[in-house]
Amino acid sequence: MNRFFKKHLGVFVTVGPTVLWLGIFLLIPLAYVILMTVLTKNAYGGMDFIFTLENYRNLFANEYLKVFGDSIWLSLQTTVICLVVGYPFAYILANAPKRWKGFLVMLLMLPFWTNSLIRTYGWNTLLRTEGILNHFLQGVGLIDQPLEMLYTDGAVLLGMVYALLPFTVLPLYTSIEKLDKSLLEAGSDLGASRVHVFTRIIFPLTMPGIFAGSIQTFIPSLGFFFISDMMGGAKTMYIGNLIKNQFLSARNWPFGAALSIVLIVITLILMKLYTRVGSLEDMA
Amino acid sequence: MEKREGQGIIRLTEVDKSFDDEKVVKKLNLDVREGEFLTMLGPSGCGKTTTLRMIAGFEQPDSGEILLEGRNVAGKKPNERNVNTVFQNYALFPHMNVFDNIAFGLVEKKVKKDEIRTRVQEMIKLVKLDGMEKRMPSQMSGGQKQRVGIARALVNRPKVLLLDEPLGALDLKLRKQMQGELKHLQRRLGITFIYVTHDQEEALTMSDRIAVMNNGILEQVGTPEEVYNHPETKFVADFIGESNILEGYVEHVYEDAIGVTMESGKARIPETGYNSEEMVYLCVRPENLKIDARSHEGFSLRGQVREHIFIGSINKTMIELPNGQMLKAETPAEDELVPVGTVVNIYWNPGKVVVMRTKEEMIYNIIERSVQIEGMPNEPIF
Repeated sequence: MNRFFKKHLGVFVTVGPTVLWLGIFLLIPLAYVILMTVLTKNAYGGMDFIFTLENYRNLFANEYLKVFGDSIWLSLQTTVICLVVGYPFAYILANAPKRWKGFLVMLLMLPFWTNSLIRTYGWNTLLRTEGILNHFLQGVGLIDQPLEMLYTDGAVLLGMVYALLPFTVLPLYTSIEKLDKSLLEAGSDLGASRVHVFTRIIFPLTMPGIFAGSIQTFIPSLGFFFISDMMGGAKTMYIGNLIKNQFLSARNWPFGAALSIVLIVITLILMKLYTRVGSLEDMA
Repeated sequence: MEKREGQGIIRLTEVDKSFDDEKVVKKLNLDVREGEFLTMLGPSGCGKTTTLRMIAGFEQPDSGEILLEGRNVAGKKPNERNVNTVFQNYALFPHMNVFDNIAFGLVEKKVKKDEIRTRVQEMIKLVKLDGMEKRMPSQMSGGQKQRVGIARALVNRPKVLLLDEPLGALDLKLRKQMQGELKHLQRRLGITFIYVTHDQEEALTMSDRIAVMNNGILEQVGTPEEVYNHPETKFVADFIGESNILEGYVEHVYEDAIGVTMESGKARIPETGYNSEEMVYLCVRPENLKIDARSHEGFSLRGQVREHIFIGSINKTMIELPNGQMLKAETPAEDELVPVGTVVNIYWNPGKVVVMRTKEEMIYNIIERSVQIEGMPNEPIF
């Protein structure tokens, strides 16, 4: 035993702490969550060790299917808007003069140095009925009555796009920056207008970046609950809110666990797709 | 501007280009004739590629004019010019197969599908890539990729094909083979080629005319024979082939010759048009430099044989002059060798030397000219 330990000392010292950390804080809790999904909730918010598939069956109730539908729809909208806004942004960033690039990327990352909760609260101050934007519009005389901007689906979408835009821009930026500039010259040389250089060369060649950006935006957007809580006034229920409520308010841990597992499975499938496209890109 | 023979298809007039305050191309004047194979030759950084990129439209000149078929192309984008480029790094579209790469330009021109098919097939045959239509660029060798690059440009039937060191990334044997094929293609299609290279041998074997560039300046334009046998500047003499360059000054001006005095000796050269006291370079190719035990009329130049280097069919003899300068002489391998250490007389046959004014003299002339042009007082600068 002692000799075995000595022989593999390097492995224990380097990998050991990580394995220990992941084991204690990831694997065991995850196993616990999976176990929870097949237990029965009892009247006092706890769980009884009675095997059941009830929690999974409940997922297919209409109101929960609607939650899934709404969540996916919101995430899709967020992703598409992020792409449309982020692509030109990434393009300008990637083609900026070298001495500016670092600075511009830093500007993009800057908001991340502040807690996202606080940043979202910032939007509240802006959009409230008595908020800065309404005051301004009334002051200028554009509107008489304050606009209902906060606590709408639009506000949630805005918050999501705001929070996730960098996740879209960074993969796009990497992908556009990698683009061989002589390909664009070749396209132009062969008679392609600027629009055609984009549609026939730049766009298809940055497809991996578009895909990576989409997935990196879509996955976190499914789980975000505080934005819809703070900016949507919990009017529409999304997966994130539902899970949070099951654990904290409804005290139905087994069902909350089942919902979490669904979210994890969706994420894993998307991640698998993502790595698949990544390896395709390396081949080209 | 002087008239030249042949139909001018491209004319560059007083073209200047700088990058970040560094002048890359200076006051360039160049006429390209229709149907010729013109090579722009020079060391890296001499401005040859920049010149090509200005013709293609990737760069805009700071000043001066570029005329394509007699029309000023200032401000015209590359897609609005009837020229096509073959890139050094091929620049094939990695997401398209060979067929789609070649068809790219025709699709842009909205050529009918049937015609695209026949024209692309024709090109594929021309560059000997039969059966590779479906290959992706990543599945091809460098030589094959460049064939696609050439076909992709030629399929558009451009007036001028611009080639930016197209064979630079290929190995020697393939390069030689492709040189032959390119020359053959150019002859067959009759398209004007402007070919950029730093390889003087490539330039000599392929070109109808060579434009030698150095430091952004066009040093000389001429046929391969002209630039090799009658270099106009020391740079050209030095860059193209091997040269012995001797510095001297004109001591005597005779009726039909000049007497040049060098550090290591004297030579009488049947040339006229030089003034007494003028500084000159004498340029003699190694194959024209002769050594002999006896002295020759008009020459008093001696050196000591230092070394023989055997290179296959020829022998290279290194001769040291009294001032330490080394001269190279080439003799056929079967000739008897002069033993190392022998002191010999150096000479050359009449007409086998090129006399040129030294750079200082040339620079002075240029400055004098520009001062006059700008209408400034003609004060001595040196």
